[in-house]
Amino acid sequence: MAENSDVNLQDRKRSIEHPPDYSYGSRPATMIEGNLLTKTYRSTILSHRVPFCRGSRNGSKRMDDRPRNRQRQAPRFTPTGVGILSALSCLILFSSLLVPTSLAQDWVRTGSGLGVDKVRLAVPDFKAANADPQNNALLKTFNDTFWNDLDNSGVVELVSKSFYPLQVPGQPAEVTFNLWNVPPPNAAMLAFGNLGVAGGKLTVQGWLYDVKNTASPQVLGKQYTDVPTDGAARLIAHKFADEIIFRLGGGIPGIAESEVFFVSDRSGHKEIWAMDYDGSNQRQLTHQGSISLSPRISPDGSRLAFSSMTKTGWDILIFSLDLNRVVSFPHFGGTNLSPAWSPDGARLALSSSRGGSSEIYVCDASGGNLRRITASKGPDVSPVWNRKTGAQIAFVSGTTGLPQVYTMEADGTNQQRMTDQGYAVSPGWSPNGQFLTLAWTRKYGPGEPGSSDIYLMDIASKQWVQLTHDGGRNDFPSWSPDGRHIVFQSSRSGKEEIWMMLADGTKLHQLTFTGRNTQPNWSWK
Amino acid sequence: MKHRTLKVLATVIALAAILMLGACKKKTAPPPPPPPPAPTSPTAAISVSPDTVQPGQSATLTWQTSNATDVSIDGIGAVQPSGSQSVTPTDSTTYHLVAKGSGGSQEAMTRLTVTQPPPPTTATPSPTDEDLFGRNVRDIYFDYDKSNIRGDQEASAQGDAQFLSQHPNVSFTIEGHCDDRGSTEYNLALGDQRASSVKNALTAAGVSASRIKTISYGKEKPFCLEDNEACWQQNRRGHFVYQK
Repeated sequence: MAENSDVNLQDRKRSIEHPPDYSYGSRPATMIEGNLLTKTYRSTILSHRVPFCRGSRNGSKRMDDRPRNRQRQAPRFTPTGVGILSALSCLILFSSLLVPTSLAQDWVRTGSGLGVDKVRLAVPDFKAANADPQNNALLKTFNDTFWNDLDNSGVVELVSKSFYPLQVPGQPAEVTFNLWNVPPPNAAMLAFGNLGVAGGKLTVQGWLYDVKNTASPQVLGKQYTDVPTDGAARLIAHKFADEIIFRLGGGIPGIAESEVFFVSDRSGHKEIWAMDYDGSNQRQLTHQGSISLSPRISPDGSRLAFSSMTKTGWDILIFSLDLNRVVSFPHFGGTNLSPAWSPDGARLALSSSRGGSSEIYVCDASGGNLRRITASKGPDVSPVWNRKTGAQIAFVSGTTGLPQVYTMEADGTNQQRMTDQGYAVSPGWSPNGQFLTLAWTRKYGPGEPGSSDIYLMDIASKQWVQLTHDGGRNDFPSWSPDGRHIVFQSSRSGKEEIWMMLADGTKLHQLTFTGRNTQPNWSWK
Repeated sequence: MKHRTLKVLATVIALAAILMLGACKKKTAPPPPPPPPAPTSPTAAISVSPDTVQPGQSATLTWQTSNATDVSIDGIGAVQPSGSQSVTPTDSTTYHLVAKGSGGSQEAMTRLTVTQPPPPTTATPSPTDEDLFGRNVRDIYFDYDKSNIRGDQEASAQGDAQFLSQHPNVSFTIEGHCDDRGSTEYNLALGDQRASSVKNALTAAGVSASRIKTISYGKEKPFCLEDNEACWQQNRRGHFVYQK
C-alpha cells in the first residue's frame, strides 16, 4: 500500500483528447479518473426509523394532531387599525419571531436516521494549483457545486467553515491533523484538493482524509482532467462528491450526476425541459408548440416518453436524447396520457381512452403489443412500475369517486386500494421497492382545510407519513436514484416551481425560478 | 189700536213697494245685439308615405285642408289647399303644415325618418351554419369530479341534439374542461370522460358519431382564472367548437 498518495497521483495522470458535449442528457465518458487506495466506510443511509401513521380511517394517532401552540396562532392576528390592537399584534408578531421555529410548527419533524451520528466532514475550498487566470472562476463553480452536493446528500454533517483554521490544505503534505481532528472543527473527515488550468486542460486533484486516523488517513485520492469550462468544473465536482457520498453513505451511489426532467411554460408553450439535479444547466428539449406533459425518462437515460396534444389528440411521444428529436411511436387513438417505463426499459404503462373510458394499458417500448390491464368505471391514470421488481404497477383510479391510489400486479390482477380517503394522486415508487410517494389531500371537500401535500407510504403496511406541510399545493413527487431525495412541484412560492427535499422532508430547497415548472421526473441513475 | 195697525201696515207696504220698484228698475236693461254668425274653422291633415327612407330615396307627402285660404308647409312654401308632393330629404325631417283661413288657422305635422344605410358588407342575408351553431348550441356544465350530465343540463343537451340533428352538415369538436383544483393527469382523464359523456348523449339522440370529435383539455385551458366556485363551475364544462 502506497502511503504517499501524491506520488501515486502523478503516476496515474492521464489526459484526454476530445472535449465532451454537455448539451443534452448523456454524460461524456471521456473523463479520465485516477483512482487511489480507497476504504469503504459504513455509515448513515436513510434508515427509515420513521414513526409512521396508520392510513385507516379509524386509525390511531396522527402526528399533526398535537394542539397548536400560541406562537403558531400569533402571525394570523390581524391588526384592524385600532391603535391598541395593532400595537398588541406587533408585540405578538415580534415575540413570535424570537421563538425558535421548531416551536412555531404544529407538526413534528420525524427525521430519518435519527439516533445515528452523521460523519462530520470538513470541506475547505479547493486551492488554485497554479497562477492561471481562469482558475478563480472555475474554483468558485467547483467549490459551490461541491459543497452543495455534499450538503444536499443528507449523508454527512458539514462542519461550518467558520471553524476552519486559517491555513487550509491543497495538498496532502499541507494537512495538519491536529488543526482538524479536535474542536472546534472536530472533523472526522476532511475533503480537500486543488484545481488548475494548464496547457488548455483543467485538472482537479481531490482527497478524502480520515483525520482521526493519522497513521493511514487517506480514504480517497482522485484526479480528474477535462476541458477548462464551467460545465466541466461542475461535472468534476459532482463526480468527486459522488465518490465521497458512495464511501460515507453506505455504498449507495451519489446522485450528483443525475438529472431532472420537467415541464416548463417559459417558452410560451408547455414543453419538456431538463436540468442537473441541483437546478443548474436548465435546457429545453422538446419544441412541439402545443401542450406537452408528463415527462418520464427511460431507465438507461436514452429516451424520454411524454404525452403531447397533437392534431389528432393526446398521444404518447418518444424523444430520443441521443438524436435530440422525437422518434416514431404508434398513434393509439383516444386520449393517451402519463407513460411510465418498466425498470428494464422494455415496456411502457400508460393511460388510454382508446376503448371509451380511461384505462391502464401496457405495451412494448416500441409501442407494440398494446393491451389493456384495467377495466374500471371512472378514469385510471398515472401508472408507475415497482422500480425494484417490475412486477407491480401503482396507479390512480376514480372508480369510487375522488381519485385514490391503487396497486396491482403488472397484468392487472390483485388490485389493492392504498389510500383510504381524500384526493390521492401521482404515485411514485421508491428505488428499493418498499415505498410509495404520493400527492394527497387527506381532508377534501368544500370548506375543508389543508391542501395537497407529499406523503410517504410503506406499501406492505399502508402506514404513511406526511413529508410537506403548510406550503401551497404539492404534487408529482419523484424519487432520486439513491432513494434519499424527492423532487416535486409546489406552489409554495406563489406559482408552481420544482423543489427538492430529503425523503424525510428536510433540506427543502427550490430548483426552478423562471416561468411555471411542473411534473419533475428524476433520472434512474 | 186698529188705526195704529193700519198705519204700520201701510208703511211696510210703502217700503216694500219702494224696494220693489228700485229693484225692477235695474232689471229693465236693453238686450245686447245678437253676435254675428261665426266663420267656419279650417281643417288640416298631412301624412307621408313611406315614413322611413334611406338617403336618396323619395317619399310622398299628402295633405288636405278645408276652409283655408292660405296653406303652407315649412321648408316647401305655399302649396295648394290639398295635394301631394314627392320629397327627397337627406336627413330626417318634420313637415309642418299651416292652414289659415277666415275661420282661424290649423296646424298638422308629420315626420319622415331617413335611416343611415347599412355598412357595405357582402354578408349573406341568411346566417351561416357557424352563426347558428354559436347561437344555438349550448355548453354542458358538470359537477365537481363528475362526468355525468346532471339534471339541469339535460335541457341544454336536448336542445343541442335537436339543433345538430336539424343541421346534419355541421361537424364539431367537444372539448372536455376541468377546474384547476385537481391534479394535471387525473384532470385530463376526467376531461376526456366529460367530452365522451356529451358525445354519448348526442349520439343517443341520433347525432352521427362521425361528425363529432372529442378532446380533453383537463385544466390546461381554463375559461376563468379566479379562485372561487363561480369560476370553477365555468371551467367544468363540455365546450362545443364548430369545425370548419
